[in-house]
Amino acid sequence: MPNHLYHLTANQVTCGIRNGEFSAQEYIFQILERIEKVDNKINAFILVDKQGAIEKARSIDKRLRDGGAVGELAGIAVGIKDNICIKDLKTTCASNILESYIPPYDADVIRRLKENDAIVVGKLNLDEFAMGSTTEFSRYGPTRNPWNLDYVAGGSSGGSAASVAASECAVSLGSDTGGSIRCPSSFCSVVGLKPTYGCVSRSGLISYSNSLEQIGPLGKTVLDVVMVMNAIAGIDENDQTTKPIRPIATRTSEDISTSNISSKYTAGQNKRNITIGLVKELIQGADPAVSKCIYTAVDLFEGLDCKCEETSMKSIQYALASYYTIATAEASSNLARYDNIRYGFDYDPEGYEWNTYFSNVRNNFGDEAKRRIIIGSYVLSAGYYGKYYLKAQKARERIRQEIKSLFERFDVLIGPTMPILPFKIGEKIDDPLKMYQIDIDTVIANLAGIPAISIPIGFSNSFPVGLQIMADYMGEQTLFDVASFFEKIVDVRRSPEI
Amino acid sequence: MVEVKIGLEIHCQLTGLSSKLFCPCQCDYRGEVPNTTICPICLGLPGTLPLLNKRAVAFASMISMALGCKVQERITFYRKNYFYPDLPKNFQITQYNAFGITSIGADGKVDLGAKSIGIRRVQLEEDPGRLIYENADVNANFYTLIDYNRAGVALVEIVTEPDFDNPKDVRLFLDKVTSTIEHLGVCDIKLDGSLRCDVNVSLKGGKKVEIKNINSFGDVEKALRYEITRQKTMLIREIEIKSETRHWDDARKVTMQSRTKEEEQDYKYFPEPDIPTIILGDQFISTIKAKMPELPDERKIRFLKDYALSDHVAKVLIDNKELADFFESTVKLYPSSPNEIAHWIISDLLGLVDDSKKEERSLLSGLRIEPKHIAELVKMIDQNKVNRNIAKSVLSQIARTGEMPSCVLDKMNASLIDSESKIAEAIDSIFELEISAVRDAKHNPNAMNFLLGKVMQMTRGRADPKITLNLIKARLARME
Repeated sequence: MPNHLYHLTANQVTCGIRNGEFSAQEYIFQILERIEKVDNKINAFILVDKQGAIEKARSIDKRLRDGGAVGELAGIAVGIKDNICIKDLKTTCASNILESYIPPYDADVIRRLKENDAIVVGKLNLDEFAMGSTTEFSRYGPTRNPWNLDYVAGGSSGGSAASVAASECAVSLGSDTGGSIRCPSSFCSVVGLKPTYGCVSRSGLISYSNSLEQIGPLGKTVLDVVMVMNAIAGIDENDQTTKPIRPIATRTSEDISTSNISSKYTAGQNKRNITIGLVKELIQGADPAVSKCIYTAVDLFEGLDCKCEETSMKSIQYALASYYTIATAEASSNLARYDNIRYGFDYDPEGYEWNTYFSNVRNNFGDEAKRRIIIGSYVLSAGYYGKYYLKAQKARERIRQEIKSLFERFDVLIGPTMPILPFKIGEKIDDPLKMYQIDIDTVIANLAGIPAISIPIGFSNSFPVGLQIMADYMGEQTLFDVASFFEKIVDVRRSPEI
Repeated sequence: MVEVKIGLEIHCQLTGLSSKLFCPCQCDYRGEVPNTTICPICLGLPGTLPLLNKRAVAFASMISMALGCKVQERITFYRKNYFYPDLPKNFQITQYNAFGITSIGADGKVDLGAKSIGIRRVQLEEDPGRLIYENADVNANFYTLIDYNRAGVALVEIVTEPDFDNPKDVRLFLDKVTSTIEHLGVCDIKLDGSLRCDVNVSLKGGKKVEIKNINSFGDVEKALRYEITRQKTMLIREIEIKSETRHWDDARKVTMQSRTKEEEQDYKYFPEPDIPTIILGDQFISTIKAKMPELPDERKIRFLKDYALSDHVAKVLIDNKELADFFESTVKLYPSSPNEIAHWIISDLLGLVDDSKKEERSLLSGLRIEPKHIAELVKMIDQNKVNRNIAKSVLSQIARTGEMPSCVLDKMNASLIDSESKIAEAIDSIFELEISAVRDAKHNPNAMNFLLGKVMQMTRGRADPKITLNLIKARLARME
């Protein structure tokens, strides 16, 4: 039995368990021990389901001993962002408002993970209701970057990225509304995918901005992310915005992917003759410490039969304004239901008139959630709808159109995932505008509904740098082919010292 | 004449569905234990998404078509945001046409004969839950109970143009719309609260006053008459009419200013992102068209043609599907006299119905009369076995007991006496008593009628008048 099972990739874990190298129970005990040892430094977990994890591991081991069948993800320790509902486990969204909320149902992704015999080890930290880019806006305190504990892990899925980077779980699920999977993936040096809108069911994901967000996997390798995607992607009758996974043929689809019809994704196919568009606006707007790293990678790709060409995306100038208008508008309505009448936190209504009680309850939102509710209510109010919300939708449509035309020329578009390196905890928390601005590179994929992945590309001043790859609508397979190709070339995988 | 403008908003629950509008919960909440026909979706629990009921779209499309609307090719749902404890998500999923017509139906027309009423839109939306107060005076309660069983039940909202200028037309329109909805089979209008109506009234192009909480369609006309009088009085006294929402006080039959002053609410409408825009397509629409049942207007034409009914009689029958169905079942049993049957239904049968039942539009529920009864009764009349007066009392007897008419008649011993010998006996006794009349009768038809009346009186109306008259004539002739 190898030492430090917790450092293994998801693929290694499930292979090891199936081949009898170690048992699921042995592995999960090491994971739980690891969490115990390091999470007081990282603060990635809001809740650890020790008992549930051990029981699941035992049942997998028993089935294997009895010669029974196990699922594709058998034995893999998975962490779940705490805005995804798991039946009978507290789901808080890192908010006071949902402090004691226990969902009576599983999110569709959880059902699929359980069916595939993954082991859910716990719930992961996030910015309250996924609103933030650093995980500082959590009622449970910030998640720390495993590469430097004084620095932010990124967000809002900070717990999801940090837990994988710190080997507290093999893979995790996050949600990405404007970069919430890719930002922390970049800051923590893991692989994180924001799938095509409609690819993964949102049923059971506590809504922040319905038209933008998707659940997606984070892992140590592209292969791990692909394995999780194969489990969670697909049509769900409980989410009428899900669509069949049918990669749309691109110009060079024959060169890029041969698996257009297959509903299973693959990784590790060595693809050549890729046409890459390097988005000028994204790379120019980035910190030189970041862009230098990207250019080094691009040079590597160009040496390997990839056609790399700089291109421009003019509509980027509208992206942030459009994103924050739409996201806050939807958020203001989504968060209206938290009135503590049917569920929520412990607060006796006795003696209060409804309006007073309601105001007192709503005062329990954190500052950022309040800010977004107020902005969202404003942009939707009579007389301003046309000026803000409608205009934002028009800008969104323009971005979509421009992206569509770019994918007529390129297989993938690349750029930095984040324009800056991780920064110190507390550094930007008092400046919302500055905080919003760091989402510039990631919001585009959400506005256009296209898939985007962040992969580790190197280190700058000993901080991780992520490369963002975007593909056309339903072009996940293209992303995986290109990402695993790049992953092989750059090979920057290592573990932080904690 | 002061110009009056009235517009209506009708809410119709699609009780013909089995599940709610956005989740698989049973939609029949009536009589259920509070908070039992609910699920995470209709409770609006975090993370749940609405799942649009396809049959509800089909039903709403049928209503749209029946009201002469164009069914839209693309339909969208919107969120109407407001805070209220009976609203689980604190927004209602509805439809909205301010940013382009995306409601299921729009731009329709309902013909009322003398004029037609424009239908602005027909839309689908969800019903909220119900607040329950222990004390009837809302303000006297220390707590409110909430039952979410109704939350998420499918409603169709029908909004008219302000094309009415008097309450009577409103009544005619509501009768027609109600009958249409009944004929479509989408809503059981007899259920309490399945059909509700809010009205808007403005005078002389002035400010619009909305009246809510009108519990029955019968009260709509009363509420309108009251409100028009109120506003006219204010105009005369030069008091400004404010744009406001008033509530109909069912007990006092007046409109009252709402206690909570409803300001111009900003509902912050925006498209519901969880329900993609739906493209209905020609095939859907043609399938619905093919499945449309016979509508009141078509049925009326058929009644005029097949049964030779008068326009008025046909209208009364068809305005209430229950009556029209009753009529047709009766005619099936006894096809010879549709007109006689129709008259028995709309005058005599309806005469037995309480006013309260008329309000509920559940006319025949308390009576035990079935088509077979009317069929037999009319047949007996046609065969001169009973005269109309007796038939009427037979009918009221049937209403209580549900017995067949022949049976009732036997018990009443009231069948017409058609035996000539029995009638002759009666004539003999009358001729002995009324000697002077007999004398006059030879020349005076009035005296002959007097004798006939006496015979009828003696037989308590059971003697067949035709036979009796013939016998009297014959006897007088013999006397000469």
